[in-house]
Amino acid sequence: MSDENTKSLIFSVKNLRKSFGPVEVLHGIDLTLRGGEVHAILGENGAGKSTLVKILSGFEALTQGELHISDGSGSSQRLTLWNNAIAEQAGVVLIHQEFNLAEQLTVAENIFLGNEINGRFFLDKKTMRIKAQEYLDVLRSDIDPDAAVDQLPVSAKQMVEIAKAQAKNARVLVLDEPTAVLTQQESQVLFELIDRFRQDGVAIVFISHKLDEIKQIADVITVLRDGELVGSYSAADLSKDDMARLMVGRELSSLFPEIPKVPDASKVVLRVSDLLLQGSSEPSSFELRKGEVLGFSGLVGSGRTALIETVLGLRNSAKGNTGRVELRGERVNFKQLSVARSKGVAYLTKDRKGSGLLLEKGLVFNFSLFSLHKISRLLIDTKQEDVAFKKAVETFDIRMKDKSIVAGNLSGGNQQKLLLAKILEAEPSVIIIDEPTRGIDIGTKSQIYHFIAELVASGHSLILISSDITEVIGLSHRVAVMYHSQISGVLEGDGIEEHEIMRYATGLKNKPSHHDQLGSGTSNA
Amino acid sequence: MPKFDLKTAGPFIALVVVFTIGVLVNDAFLSSGNLSNILARSSFIGIVAIGATFVITAGGIDLSVGSMAAFISGCMILLMNALMDTIDSMVAIIILAIIASLGIGAVAGLINGLLTTKAKIEAFIVTLGTMGIYRSLVTYMADGGTLSLNFTIGDVYSEVYYGVFLGLPYPVWVFLAVAVIGYVLLNMTVFGRHCFAVGSNESVARYSAINVDRVKTATYMLQGVCVSIATIIYVPRLGSASGQTGILWELEAIAAVIIGGTVLKGGYGRIWGTVVGALILTLIGNILNLTDAVSNYLNGAVQGIIVIVAVYLQRGAWRRD
Repeated sequence: MSDENTKSLIFSVKNLRKSFGPVEVLHGIDLTLRGGEVHAILGENGAGKSTLVKILSGFEALTQGELHISDGSGSSQRLTLWNNAIAEQAGVVLIHQEFNLAEQLTVAENIFLGNEINGRFFLDKKTMRIKAQEYLDVLRSDIDPDAAVDQLPVSAKQMVEIAKAQAKNARVLVLDEPTAVLTQQESQVLFELIDRFRQDGVAIVFISHKLDEIKQIADVITVLRDGELVGSYSAADLSKDDMARLMVGRELSSLFPEIPKVPDASKVVLRVSDLLLQGSSEPSSFELRKGEVLGFSGLVGSGRTALIETVLGLRNSAKGNTGRVELRGERVNFKQLSVARSKGVAYLTKDRKGSGLLLEKGLVFNFSLFSLHKISRLLIDTKQEDVAFKKAVETFDIRMKDKSIVAGNLSGGNQQKLLLAKILEAEPSVIIIDEPTRGIDIGTKSQIYHFIAELVASGHSLILISSDITEVIGLSHRVAVMYHSQISGVLEGDGIEEHEIMRYATGLKNKPSHHDQLGSGTSNA
Repeated sequence: MPKFDLKTAGPFIALVVVFTIGVLVNDAFLSSGNLSNILARSSFIGIVAIGATFVITAGGIDLSVGSMAAFISGCMILLMNALMDTIDSMVAIIILAIIASLGIGAVAGLINGLLTTKAKIEAFIVTLGTMGIYRSLVTYMADGGTLSLNFTIGDVYSEVYYGVFLGLPYPVWVFLAVAVIGYVLLNMTVFGRHCFAVGSNESVARYSAINVDRVKTATYMLQGVCVSIATIIYVPRLGSASGQTGILWELEAIAAVIIGGTVLKGGYGRIWGTVVGALILTLIGNILNLTDAVSNYLNGAVQGIIVIVAVYLQRGAWRRD
C-alpha cells in the first residue's frame, strides 16, 4: 500500500505548533501527506484536528513549524509564507464541514466562484458552464450546472464543493467530517469518488469520527490526543479497537458494556398497536419489554423519530388513525409530553442544540427544567436543586470549566451528558433516546453506553434510535428496522446482524404482514 | 461574592443619575409632596410594565394595554353609574366594579393569549388588532366624548388614589405589592422558570414537557390583570374615561421593561429593573416640568433617547474594539 517510491511526496509539516494567546493547542505535530494516499486524522473532540486542518489549508496561521512541498521531482521546497491564497495556489483545498457555497447562485457559478473565466468584456458564462459540466461528469454526478445551489440536497452540495476543488486543481484535498451530513449510501458514493482521486495521485486528508469508515478508506492514520501527536500508522496495521485505544490513550475496557438479559420476555411495558403516522399508509406496531433495549434502525428519514414523537404526542398522527398506545397494560393518550413524563416516560431528543438544551442558559437551569415538579411546591427549592445538580455532575461525569457557564459553552459530549442527566432526573422508567452519540468522541460514547447498560440493569426499559448500526447491534436485545415510515422487520438474538438490518432498512426485505410481529404471543405484565 | 454586573446594576445607576439631576435642577424636586407624586404616577405604568415583563420574557409582546386600560375604565364607570339605582352601599358598588375590572382584564388577556397560541397569529398583529378594537369600543361607549363617574361614588372611590398609609399614597403600596409578587412569581416559581424557557427557545421548552401554549396564554392573562389593577387605581384619579385615556401606555410600559434590562426577544426578564425603568420614565417627565432648560413638550424625545441609550449600553456594543 504505502510503497513510497511510487508516490511522489507532496506536502509535509514538521514540528507544527499553534498557540491561541498564551495557550498552546498543538504541541509539535509532524505530518506527511503523499499523493495517492488517503490520510485519516483521528482524535477525540478537542484533540486539535480542526485546528490542524485549518492550518494545513491556510485558514489559520501557524505559530511555529516548517512546511515543505514538492512537486514530485524529488526536490523539496520550504514554504516560509503560508496563508489561504498560497495554500490554494499550491493546490491545498479544504472542504468545510459547513459548506462554503453561495446559496443563491447556480452550480456552475459556484464552481468558478473566485476563479471566474473572463471573456473579452464579460464573464465567459458559456465556457464556465461547459467546464462545470465536465467536472461534474468526471465525478459521475448528474447535477445540473444551472441548478440553484439552495435547491440541492446536502449530498449534492458536497459534490459541488468537490467539483469546485477540482476547478482549483486540488492536489491536497482536505475533507473535514464529510460524512457527518450524508446517509450511508451517499457516503459510499463519496468513498468511490475519494478512491478515484487517490488513483489520480491526489493526497486526501480525511477527518471522521466513524472508525469503520476510516478502516474502509484510509491508507495512513495519524492520531492526535490533546494537541499532541500520538503517531502515524499504516491503516492496515490498526484494528478499530487499536484506533479507539490510541485516541483515548487508555484501554477502553470495551466499547460496549455487557447488557443484562431481559428478565421476563412476557412483561410488556409499552405497547403501540396500529399507529398510523402522517404520510404513511401502513400502521406501525411494536412493544417494549421490561428491562429491554429495543433498538430502532433505518436510514435517515425512515420515520423512526416521527414514530416515537407521534407516540409521545409531540407530532400529530395521520387522519383516521385508530392505533392505540398502552403503558403497563393501560391505554394512554400522551397529548402533552408532560402526560408522558408523569407516567414515567422520558424522551431524549436527537436535536441537542435545537430542542434539547437552552444554549444561552446556565447548566443548573437546563438540568432541572424537565424535573422542576420534583423540587417545588409553591416555590422552587433551589438548595435541593443545587444538591441534585452536583450529584448529577458526578454521576454523569459532566466536565466544565466552572458551574456558572452557559450550556452552549460545554463541549458536545458534555452537552449530551447534561441532556441525559436532565431527562433522567425526572426518574422515568421508560426511556427513549434518539441518536445519543451523534458527533461525540469515542470516550464519551463509551460512557453513554455504560449508562445505558446500568439503566437496563436497574430495571429501566429503553428504546434506542440510532443511525450508528454498530451501536444498535452492540446494545439492543431486539432491533426494529424502519423503512418508508413503517416497521419493515424486527430482529432478535443472532438475527441481529448488519447485512440483515440493511436489507430491511433498504426495503429489500419486508415483514410478511404487519399484524403478527413484534412479540406476538406475549401478554401484558 | 457576586461579581459586579453592569447589566443588572445599569438601570439602578441610571436611576441615581436621573435623581441627582432632579436634585440639582430644582429645590422643589426633593419636597415630600413631589416625591410621593412621582411614586404615585409611576405606579400606573409600573404595574402595567410588570405584566409586560412576563409577556416579553416569554417571547411575546402586548401592544393593547393602553387601549385595554381605557376600555376597562369605561366599563367600570358605566357599571358603577348603573349600579347607583339598585345598590345603596357605595363601597359595595366599588368592590363589584373592582371584581368586574379584574375579570375583564383576565378575559381580555385570555383572548390575546388564545389568538396567539391557538390561532397561531403573531402577538404583534393580534395585539395591534385588539389595541384598535378596545380603543374604538371605549370611544363608542362614550359616544365620542367622556364617560364621567357619578360624583357621589367618585368621592368615596377617590380615597383609593388619594389615601395615604405610612406616609405613602395607596397606589405606591399597590405598586410595591405587585412588584414583590411579580418578582417571586418570575424568579422563584416553576411558572417563572417556564416563562424564561419558553422565551428562550420554544422547541426546547416543548421537549422539556412544558405546555408552551398554556404558559404564553397565562402571561397575557397576567398582563390583563395587571392592566386592570392599574385601572382600578387610575379611575378614582380623574373619575372619567374617554378615547384619550391610557394613550401610549403600551409604549411607556415596553420602554420601562427595556430600560430595566429585559430582553425584547425573550428569555431574559427582570422585575426590579422594570420597576426602576418606570421610575426613570416618570422622573424624566417630572424634571422637565420643574426646569426651563428643556421644554416639557420634548418629554417623549428624552424618553426615546433614554430607551435607545439603555439598550445600546446593555448590548455592550461599545465594548467591542
